[in-house]
Amino acid sequence: MDFNSILWSGASLGGLGLLFGAGLAFASQKFAVEVDPRAVQILDALPGANCGGCGYPGCGGFANAVLAGEAPINGCPVGGPECVQSIAEIMGMEASDSVKMIARVLCNGTSDVCQDKYEYSGVKDCLAATQLAGGPKSCAFGCMGLGTCERVCPFDAIHVNDKGVAVVDEDKCTACNKCIEACPKDVIGLVPHSQLVVVDCNNQERGGHVKKNCGVACIACGICERSCPFDAVHVENLVAKIDYDKCTECMICAEKCPTKAIWADFEARKTAVVIDDKCIGCTLCKRVCPVDAIEGEVKSVHKVDPEKCIGCSACEAKCPKDAIEMR
Amino acid sequence: MENASILIIVVSAILVNNFVLSRFLGICPFLGVSKQVETAFGMGMAVTFVMTLAGIITYFVWHALLVPLGLEFLKTIAFILVIASLVQFVEIVLQKISPTLYSALGVFLPLITTNCAVLGLALLNIQYDFNLIQTIVHSISAAIGFSLAIVLFAGIREKLVLSDVPTPFEGFPIALVTASLMAIAFLGFSGLV
Repeated sequence: MDFNSILWSGASLGGLGLLFGAGLAFASQKFAVEVDPRAVQILDALPGANCGGCGYPGCGGFANAVLAGEAPINGCPVGGPECVQSIAEIMGMEASDSVKMIARVLCNGTSDVCQDKYEYSGVKDCLAATQLAGGPKSCAFGCMGLGTCERVCPFDAIHVNDKGVAVVDEDKCTACNKCIEACPKDVIGLVPHSQLVVVDCNNQERGGHVKKNCGVACIACGICERSCPFDAVHVENLVAKIDYDKCTECMICAEKCPTKAIWADFEARKTAVVIDDKCIGCTLCKRVCPVDAIEGEVKSVHKVDPEKCIGCSACEAKCPKDAIEMR
Repeated sequence: MENASILIIVVSAILVNNFVLSRFLGICPFLGVSKQVETAFGMGMAVTFVMTLAGIITYFVWHALLVPLGLEFLKTIAFILVIASLVQFVEIVLQKISPTLYSALGVFLPLITTNCAVLGLALLNIQYDFNLIQTIVHSISAAIGFSLAIVLFAGIREKLVLSDVPTPFEGFPIALVTASLMAIAFLGFSGLV
């Protein structure tokens, strides 16, 4: 190989490269397309997982759909409230209250409180097990823990625990509905993420029959219904149902429930506190309190008895002077 | 192949020497974007577009630049350069001129940059010593062959999703088995030309 061919190689390839480079540079100038800067901003605000949960091809598709006004700004099921907030700012819209929902397995019937009626050794699949006399669990409505939901979850957010009941990881769940569709027992439901009181039972049988099978099931006794000060719990189809819009998370039902089928996060229970400077002694709060936890005479500063207070926040909503805070 | 007639080139490129099923070129998009017939068709069209243009331009690069200068050994790198810039150029122009087509082709356009079927076509064209007309016909036919294979395959895969496949074979394994069966089927055309 002589020196000339090296020279020619370099020159021709370099020339080609230069030619194409110049052509591309020219083309990108000449054919520049103006992109809406908001599209880039929205894309930055999105999680960028390209999961397709919104129904559009990737986050870019969703960003364009939001710009075109086709998709709602809270259309991203993964992003959460901060994501909605930033998209709302970019689009100059008000962020509507989107309540983040999560899936929840409405069953507490772990293997120690709810026995199996026969030993199942077939395919580890809930649908298959249901074909065999309704599944091995003595309760016909409970979670069998064979993990069908675990396998359909795209976010690794639901797992069967060592006691044979599936549990949802609240942080990972995006409420994509996949497990709810897959569950043959319909024991998974959507509940608001912030909800602190949930009926963890799905059993729609009569009390005596239920009690034989499971120690923590709802027996439809109606105590919760009668004790709820806000008309938020009702026994429907022999199982208690909480109306999440009406529920103030006072947790009375969970306290009264004889079988503890109603779960409540007592740790997160709040207490009303009167801000002395603002209270004008109107007695409105005293009258609205369902448990008589507020004391005080007219025109004097009221006091909340923290022992009695159930944290229902009814007084906070009623106070005309914003003198009550939930802590 | 030097003086092959147009008809023989067409039949050969589409059926007998099908780029995917007989030459095993462009396997990546063949497996990657063949889950739905619609997207597979989009990919086929994008490849057709780029292959035809690449065939023509590499013809001129070869006959007007590399052969006169005695630089035949540079063909691989020169053709890669041509294809890569061409795809970029087509993408930029399409975005401006026809946003509809651009969004329809979407992600497939940049994917073609690294598609060995395009490079293989350019190299085969000079290997067979085609003239310009033959080059164009061969390019279009090869691309049609690719589109045919990928659309047929996508049709089968759409059915496969619904069928009862043994667990170890789910997904890619059964797709590969299907692809090999299709290749064997296309082997039946081998006596045609």
